[in-house]
Amino acid sequence: MNPGFLFQGERLFLLPSGALWWPGAATLIFADLHLGKAERMARRGGAVLPPYEVHDTLRRMEADIALTAPRLVICLGDSLDDDAAIAGLSPSEAQRLRDLTLRIDWIWIAGNHDPAPSGLGGRSADAASIGPLTFRHIATPDASGEVSGHYHPKARLALRGRSVSRPCLLHDRDRVILPAYGTYTGGLDWTAPVLAGLFPTGGCAILTGPTPHAVPIPCTSRSRRASA
Amino acid sequence: MTLPTRFQQWFSERGWHIHPHQQEMIDRAADPALLLIAPTGGGKTLAGFLPSLIELADGMHEGLHTLYISPLKALAADIRRNLTTPVTAMQLPIRIEDRTGDTSATRKKAQRADPPHILLTTPESLALLTSYEDAPRLFSTLSRVVIDEIHALAENKRGDQLMLAMSRVQAMAPGLRRVGLSATVEDPPAIARYLARHPDPCRIVMADPGPDPDISILRVEEPPPWAGAGGSHAIPAVLEQIRRHKTTLIFHNTRAQAEIFFHNLWLANEDDLPIGIHHGSLSREQRERVERAMVAGELRAIVCTSSLDLGIDWGDVDLVIQIGAPKQVKRLVQRIGRANHRYNAPSKALLVPANRFEVVECEAALQAVRERDLDGEPRGPGPLDVLCQHIAIRAASGPFTATGLFAEVRTVGAYAGLTRAAFDDCLDFVATGGYALRAYDRWQRLIERDGVWSLRDPRAARRIRMNIGTIMDTDMLKVRLKSRGTGQPLGDIEEGFATTLMPGDTFLFGGKVVRFETLKEMTVEVTRQGNKEPRIATYIGMKIATSIQLSQRILRMFAQPDWPSLPAHTRDWLHLQRSRSRLPEADRILVETFPHDGRHHTCIYGFAGRNAMQTLGLLITRRMELSGLHPTGFVASDYAILVFSLEPVTDPAPLFDSAGLRDGFDTWLGGNAVMKRTFKYSATIAGLIDRNVAGPRRTGRQATFSADILYDTLMKYDPDHLLLRITRQEAQRGLVDFQRIEGMLERTAGRIDHVTLDRVTPLAAPMFLERGYVPVEGAATERLLADAAQRLMDAAGLDLDPATEGRLFRMAGPDATGAVRNAP
Repeated sequence: MNPGFLFQGERLFLLPSGALWWPGAATLIFADLHLGKAERMARRGGAVLPPYEVHDTLRRMEADIALTAPRLVICLGDSLDDDAAIAGLSPSEAQRLRDLTLRIDWIWIAGNHDPAPSGLGGRSADAASIGPLTFRHIATPDASGEVSGHYHPKARLALRGRSVSRPCLLHDRDRVILPAYGTYTGGLDWTAPVLAGLFPTGGCAILTGPTPHAVPIPCTSRSRRASA
Repeated sequence: MTLPTRFQQWFSERGWHIHPHQQEMIDRAADPALLLIAPTGGGKTLAGFLPSLIELADGMHEGLHTLYISPLKALAADIRRNLTTPVTAMQLPIRIEDRTGDTSATRKKAQRADPPHILLTTPESLALLTSYEDAPRLFSTLSRVVIDEIHALAENKRGDQLMLAMSRVQAMAPGLRRVGLSATVEDPPAIARYLARHPDPCRIVMADPGPDPDISILRVEEPPPWAGAGGSHAIPAVLEQIRRHKTTLIFHNTRAQAEIFFHNLWLANEDDLPIGIHHGSLSREQRERVERAMVAGELRAIVCTSSLDLGIDWGDVDLVIQIGAPKQVKRLVQRIGRANHRYNAPSKALLVPANRFEVVECEAALQAVRERDLDGEPRGPGPLDVLCQHIAIRAASGPFTATGLFAEVRTVGAYAGLTRAAFDDCLDFVATGGYALRAYDRWQRLIERDGVWSLRDPRAARRIRMNIGTIMDTDMLKVRLKSRGTGQPLGDIEEGFATTLMPGDTFLFGGKVVRFETLKEMTVEVTRQGNKEPRIATYIGMKIATSIQLSQRILRMFAQPDWPSLPAHTRDWLHLQRSRSRLPEADRILVETFPHDGRHHTCIYGFAGRNAMQTLGLLITRRMELSGLHPTGFVASDYAILVFSLEPVTDPAPLFDSAGLRDGFDTWLGGNAVMKRTFKYSATIAGLIDRNVAGPRRTGRQATFSADILYDTLMKYDPDHLLLRITRQEAQRGLVDFQRIEGMLERTAGRIDHVTLDRVTPLAAPMFLERGYVPVEGAATERLLADAAQRLMDAAGLDLDPATEGRLFRMAGPDATGAVRNAP
């Protein structure tokens, strides 16, 4: 049972994969794909990671798109791990992306890793507003009705002597922060001061995974200090 | 070689005589490899160093002459102090320095430019030294290497790394002679093969083992409890022993047990006897304080773990107490050796069984010690993850040829049988990642030009150097006292434990009760909690499995008609088990099924050791699940598993079908957390995952992602990748220990005794008290999460804004996909 949640009068659904589905606007939202992360690490002399991450992320996107049949897809920035990552995509991977952007209205929001993804079809924008909602990469302090990514929030719960840690969505009345969608992405603990600062009066987390469990964001003493 | 006059004088001034084994080490100083086996206190270190001191006495040698390697930093510092005494007394022109992770960068640089005659170091520091381009200059003058506590190194990957580094050093110093110093071990020739350059011979010098230890089981009035491992019932008797002796070492098998025991000991310590605690999780400052107090003779007892297993000289220890079953006879003997560091004085030791079953186990261990029947498992061929790291280190030091490096690696005993194909796999992994899908070839780490391999980007050498080593401490988090500035460091705890703590939880650390406040990045902040009772009494510690030999001995004891040597309570218990059910036998598997508390129970006695029994529990419950028996969970001990299920097991034989178990190991177990942890270890050693990153640690950990993601990705897209093959191989031992399940199946060859009863049996009863209940995974996790989420939402409900927005909706309608599909 996916209960979804109401945000600015719109009902939104976090899919098990971490994508956000907005049926009211037939819009599917992905945050922080970080395509090409493995290639970038290798290029910079770091570890040579298993080169299956672009394929895996695309496969999951394709499945979510097939499930929801969106009219519009919004990628909330950091879609490519950096500018040079486009060149690192294999021809078939780039073609798979172009097939999608050809078929569906597609907005690439600029991120801090990828100012202007180009050559993959779709439109580029620094931010986008649709109805009551505004989509951008990094949350702004006094926004309302804002949907963003960037922080890769991750929830951690202690369950009878063991702990479960999963990427999660965070929201209150004013903003939604999506989990990172890319296969090779880590997470920032939901109690991190920077996140607490964005939810000064507390908020709710929804976990990715088979069931979208909703949990309050734990309060920390420094929750009033915002620093984004 | 005879002992020079100066040395003879020094010996006689002290009223000492040279021991026969010391003389033999001098006589055979020219041998390419020598292994000395001597009990603690047998002048072992001096025996190892005498030939070097003699050779260096004339002051003619330029540069590095002798390399001393020990598994402990502290031991290197200790030996430097001990060696300085004769060198100063005989006025020998010899410079001795140590070099460990604690040595300053300036000092290290100076050592490379102007090396001492004798350098004392650790395997990791040595590997690092070989990674520099100027290594050949440093090692060209090297003549001898002395490897101390070689038995401790020979049983793990640190030792494999050491011998690979030695092959490198030997190539730079062709005349190098190797000396190994070892405590008593079960298979000296195996250690000799490990030490020597393959196929060099290696002479084994045996010192007089000294008198038999005086070892017995501590008499305690109160019978031990049915389960548990703390030994707290014996506190008064242990205190009495401390009073009667000068200095007592009290060994525990885990850090958690040491903490709890120390806490209880302290509460009962009415005479205020000075007692300290020492284990590997405590901060260096804390440990050093205890060590200093010990050397100064200020402590009457130290509660400790394996952190004191190795041979630092602590002075006047006259009693060793082992709390809990020693699990391995060899380990027990080495611990006993810590008492009475004087040659030819018997060591005195007392065993304290912590529960009823351990009474049997301690008795079996005692018999084994008397019969000098040590245990141990032969190690398999050299692990490939360590080889991958070695290849990277080799690349950091400069260009190399594959053929040359392969030949060098094969001179290491453990890698003597390495095939060229396996070596090439490792080389390919280091160079390109070794994936089935050849991607980003432009960015591979090593490139080959005209048959010579080198780093694509020389700057990568820094990254390789920063990640040298095979010790896994990546899962540890620092513990600090919370304060305004930087709090006082207390030590480390496992990340796995830290993440289960909620603010306000209390636990024991360093003998004190602390309260968990916050987890800030990589640091656990705590506050002192006075004498409050710790709510969470324990933290996860290393679980040592009982050795096969000791398990077999216990099974042989079970076959006796009676047990006159056992205390009455334990003897009656075994007799009762025999009359109600039967006692487990060596070549059969005993399965008891009985109802209890409204559920069905199956107790399986496999005696395969804790890790293997836990794996067996995972595999058996999986098979029960498939047969519709609805297992809900199980507990495992060293000798049995107790499975809880909704339906009874009526025919256990099919559960043990070896092909089925093996299939489960290959497929289903692949998704298990233990396999993922095994992968993480190997992937870190092999260099896929960095343990240290250049520059300051990133705040938050957004940038890094877990090893589990890499594991899942490889399982999905590249199941034959080298690292997965290594992981499956590693799972044969260690945490998964599938090898011992195989051994158990082979030994029992389908002979399964099934006893159906109407109630719990005497031998199964303690299993109900075992810790570490493992719920059957799958639906259970989601249910637990749902419960926890509900609880938290309810608790927070009042704080949430009453407006509808921003609040969770609980829809009774269609499920996720339904809701999505019906949307406009």
